[in-house]
Amino acid sequence: MTSKGNFRRRLTLYKLMIDPQKLTIQEASELIAEKKISAVELNQSFLERAKKLNAKLNSFITICRDEALKQAKKVDELIAGNQSLNPLAGIPIAFKDLFSTKGIKTTAGSKVLENYAPAYNATVVKKLLDENVICIGKTNLDAWGHGSSGENSDFGPTKNPYDSSKVAGGSSSGSAAAVASAACLASTGTDTGGSIRLPSAFCNLVGLKPTYGLVSRSGIIAMASSLDCIGHLTKTVYDNALVLNTTAGKDFFDSTTQENRVGDYTKNINRGVKNLKIGLPKEYFGNLDKDIKEKTLAAVKTLEKLGAKIEEVSLPHTKYGVATYYIIQPSEVSSNLARYDGIRFGFGREKFGSEAKRRIILGTFTLSSGYYDAYYLKAMKVRRLIKEDFEKAFEKVDVIICPTSPTLPFKIGEKSDDPLKMYLSDIFVVNQNLAGVPSLNVPCGFINGLPLGMQIVGRHFSEELLYQVGYAHEQETKFYERRPEL
Amino acid sequence: MPKVKIDIEHVAKLASLKLSAEQQRKLEKQLSEILSYVGQLEEVNTNNIEPIGQITGLENVTREDETAPSFTQEAALKNASRQHNGFFEVDAVFTENSPE
Repeated sequence: MTSKGNFRRRLTLYKLMIDPQKLTIQEASELIAEKKISAVELNQSFLERAKKLNAKLNSFITICRDEALKQAKKVDELIAGNQSLNPLAGIPIAFKDLFSTKGIKTTAGSKVLENYAPAYNATVVKKLLDENVICIGKTNLDAWGHGSSGENSDFGPTKNPYDSSKVAGGSSSGSAAAVASAACLASTGTDTGGSIRLPSAFCNLVGLKPTYGLVSRSGIIAMASSLDCIGHLTKTVYDNALVLNTTAGKDFFDSTTQENRVGDYTKNINRGVKNLKIGLPKEYFGNLDKDIKEKTLAAVKTLEKLGAKIEEVSLPHTKYGVATYYIIQPSEVSSNLARYDGIRFGFGREKFGSEAKRRIILGTFTLSSGYYDAYYLKAMKVRRLIKEDFEKAFEKVDVIICPTSPTLPFKIGEKSDDPLKMYLSDIFVVNQNLAGVPSLNVPCGFINGLPLGMQIVGRHFSEELLYQVGYAHEQETKFYERRPEL
Repeated sequence: MPKVKIDIEHVAKLASLKLSAEQQRKLEKQLSEILSYVGQLEEVNTNNIEPIGQITGLENVTREDETAPSFTQEAALKNASRQHNGFFEVDAVFTENSPE
């Protein structure tokens, strides 16, 4: 890289008075379309940030500089040829390192796959690359998606950009830290029991866990197949809807997907919340931390002022969620991780870290002869009751609002020696996976300088409505404008 | 639910994991705590409740069984730690003295 190139790039950003921390996909997309900035210039500046910030935050396992610049050059050629492009064209995005990327190392955050470069792209990766999104790197995570903090990565913990002594939330820890620190404009994640929503809440981001089956799981390293949902993290609600426009829809390679999508999730995003019925589940607010409760209820108040009707609802089986989840999930984990034998790819099973071993042993036990009925089958029955709770609530209200995390981002190391304590971080986020319903985390303020989020939960395939509610709240509050000091 | 003790050694064998004595001891303690926590599901009356099926209600999703272009042999073998004449190479499962 020449110093002349560096200078010109900084000049472009400076001239346009672009603060990468404030930039959204929506704005960057316009700048590219109007040829005020080239895709190469934009991505060079984000790649530089990604590299520099990685030393501090450990958001990335791999940064793909050469591939990214090659892709960006292609986008610039298409623009020069006046091709009509998707708004995501030229936008720097990072993929959680569970997403298979052809020829690019995909580790799942585990030493087992330290040397593995897949022979194909995950469906979601392919769809995004086909729309000329730029992949700038692969993000850090709790190995195999097992964790609520990011600390279970075999490549070191990710730090929270708002306070580097705190966790970024997991398991999509690097995806959250990368967007929050403006090393990229969006990132993908997986959410089996909160793994998109929790880090989004901890890093002041909008994170979608879509309805089970809206987005293809094909090519994404499986954790617990009946729970895994594929989503993404962005600064704003509008940006989030833009990404879903490309990722949603039926996939030949994932038979659980359905063509149950809306054509354009941004189209009705500013419809507002007038007369919308919002339910507050009493089980989520009972023992809630006082400050978190106050902020969450303030957000609800904002929506009430905009015309929404608020009422209390009940999801009576809420308290059994974590127990149900920590039977079903490890059972399915033990089955999915059985394929890692070191023969076709990756290293052998001796390389599994302690959390993966814990879940494999637990899951193998709960599925083993003589125990299956008492654990897995029992949990699948309670799961039906949890799903019915949501169905009954949605007979009365259009959406449900509840907190995302019972605590603020906690200190690195605070819970890492006590697995059960760590599992209880998921208390507000696992029931949505068990019920298969979509949930959108949106920022809802700060306490002592640390962000918190709330969830907007809806009926199956109601993502368009969740975006409308999130957008209405965001326009009033603009919490996304408060970026971390780095 | 009565306190359940996992036979870690047996389960580790089923899962094809090698654990040190230290790891086994630690897991035994942690897993017994987790099992006693998940044991609270006993309180829930699930008589006459069917276990859940596919969560969005799909049933019997099928497709035509047609061949389509796929990986080349070379691509499929690219990540293999050992290969022999275009195949994955594995340790022998049987020995010469194995009963038939």
